[in-house]
Amino acid sequence: MALQSLDIIRRSATTLPEPEIRSGTGDVTVAKLIDTTKCIGCKACQVACMEWNDLRDEIGTNVGAYQNPPDLSASSWTLMRFAEVENTKGDLEWLIRKDGCMHCQDPGCLKACPAPGAIVQYANGIVDFHEENCIGCGYCIAGCPFDIPRISKKDHKAYKCTLCSDRVAVGLEPACIKACPTGALVFGTKEDMKLHAADRIEDLKSRGFENAGLYDPAGVSGTHVMYVLHHADTPHIYNGLPGKPHISNTVQLWKGITKPLALAAMALAALTGFFHYIRVGPNETDEGDEARAADEMAKTLNSPEKRP
Amino acid sequence: MTDSTRITDAPGHSTGEAGQGSPRRRDTILRYTTSDRTNHWLTAIAFVCAGLSGLAMFHPAVFWLSGLFGGGPWTRILHPYIGLFMVVAFALLAVRFWSHNFLQPADWKWLRQIRDVVNNREDRLPEVGRYNAGQKLLYWVIVVCLAGLLLTGIVIWRAYFSDYFSIRVVRLAALLHAFCAFVLITSIIVHIYSAIWVKGSVHAMTRGTVTPGWAWKHHRAWFREMIHAANSRSRPD
Ligand code: HEM
Ligand code: SF4
Repeated sequence: MALQSLDIIRRSATTLPEPEIRSGTGDVTVAKLIDTTKCIGCKACQVACMEWNDLRDEIGTNVGAYQNPPDLSASSWTLMRFAEVENTKGDLEWLIRKDGCMHCQDPGCLKACPAPGAIVQYANGIVDFHEENCIGCGYCIAGCPFDIPRISKKDHKAYKCTLCSDRVAVGLEPACIKACPTGALVFGTKEDMKLHAADRIEDLKSRGFENAGLYDPAGVSGTHVMYVLHHADTPHIYNGLPGKPHISNTVQLWKGITKPLALAAMALAALTGFFHYIRVGPNETDEGDEARAADEMAKTLNSPEKRP
Repeated sequence: MTDSTRITDAPGHSTGEAGQGSPRRRDTILRYTTSDRTNHWLTAIAFVCAGLSGLAMFHPAVFWLSGLFGGGPWTRILHPYIGLFMVVAFALLAVRFWSHNFLQPADWKWLRQIRDVVNNREDRLPEVGRYNAGQKLLYWVIVVCLAGLLLTGIVIWRAYFSDYFSIRVVRLAALLHAFCAFVLITSIIVHIYSAIWVKGSVHAMTRGTVTPGWAWKHHRAWFREMIHAANSRSRPD
């Protein structure tokens, strides 16, 4: 574990840089590529995720669609989202998107987190939650542009896809990749995944999907989970995949330079008080004040009440 | 000691001095009743605890404050309850002091002469009633900030309420909560310093009484009200 810390490039709520002695740290990052055009919605990846991570969500109810469970939860870290979309030609398209953490290069969850070391980013790009440091405030939910983290009702800790950081660390591919029967999920270096995606996109274009493209949004400096979409011009039709995701301006303002400035202003208020006391001094009541007050009291108390 | 307009001889205050010096030294004016003071200090303690536990989550430089509350998760658990307690305590205090805190035209003049205020040139200022303009402003700042902290605090209270609000609303609430806390804490720093600066104020809130000279110097209109009230009460009917 001790050496693992050398592979961490960012920790939440930490103001100093991480250990950076290793050379080439962060040069090679990994990525999962999800090819929505090859996905058949079998949910083998969902099952593999449950198995590898030992997660058992509550058995829910049928909501009238294939999507099950209906949403991500603290025990469902990935989920096939099904959308039925009528295209411009009047044909029905069944768009299936494997949802889960995107492993942003610039993670909003990590930015929002107030607990030191509860969220980390490894040199390979994976964003991981360290639940032992999590305080359960839920700020990561507010920070995430993709609505991914969930706080468990059982232990009030935040959970999400780890990109199988434990498997990747020992040279294995994530469990979902291993389970996928169609090759819709592939895993490797981010460079390789981009090349692979380029091939796929060329193929799709030759088949008439002229808007096919790669989803690797620049607003969060790219992601370590990418999609090949048939309709990359309209990501929102894939069950609300955001078109231009970025850390919200409200979160930037909340977690940006304003905080150290506010701390400084509070400290300055206290210091101003201290130096006011040193320079101007206390405001004291002296004998003269007491005498004048006594005078006035004597006059009032010895005179008949004149007030209306 | 429940009648806040009574001029009293404070028990135990320079007793046994009758005949020596001015007998008037023994006079004190009741400014805060026992329940006023209890209410004030409950609010103050709650403020300090809410503020420190909140600041722990505010910036990593002060995350160590969470140690005072038993660690990060305990800080997260306790903070909203302490906040609620402060809101209730202050609401009661606000009702007690409500009628004394409406700003009058003279208050604006007082504020314009803030230089005289901070340089201890009180003789140049308009006469002040029970509270000066600064104290009245502080009262309203606390009212507004606490209302804001209550509303936004509920929205960001993940364990019970956040799931009922959209993420946009939660983000905005978190920002506003931090902002209100900042304004409140800064204002209270000024409030605490003023109490240290103006000698006799701390005694008013710890023992309940002030000297006539103190009242005459800092709150002359109130001082006159007090002695007139005492005068009319002491007249035989
Ligand atoms: C009804 C009253 C209040 C409620 C319900 C409330 C609730 C909350 C909640 C839920 C949080 C998020 C962390 C957590 O999960 O605990 C929070 C943060 C915070 N609270 Fe409060 N609070 C209240 C009053 C106060 C008061 C009176 C103060 C200051 C004196 C304060 C200062 C703060 C600060 C500084 C933060 C950190 C904000 C940030 O991380 O940007 N709160 N509060
Ligand atoms: S998708 Fe959300 S939870 Fe995942 S790294 Fe990005 S901000 Fe964090």
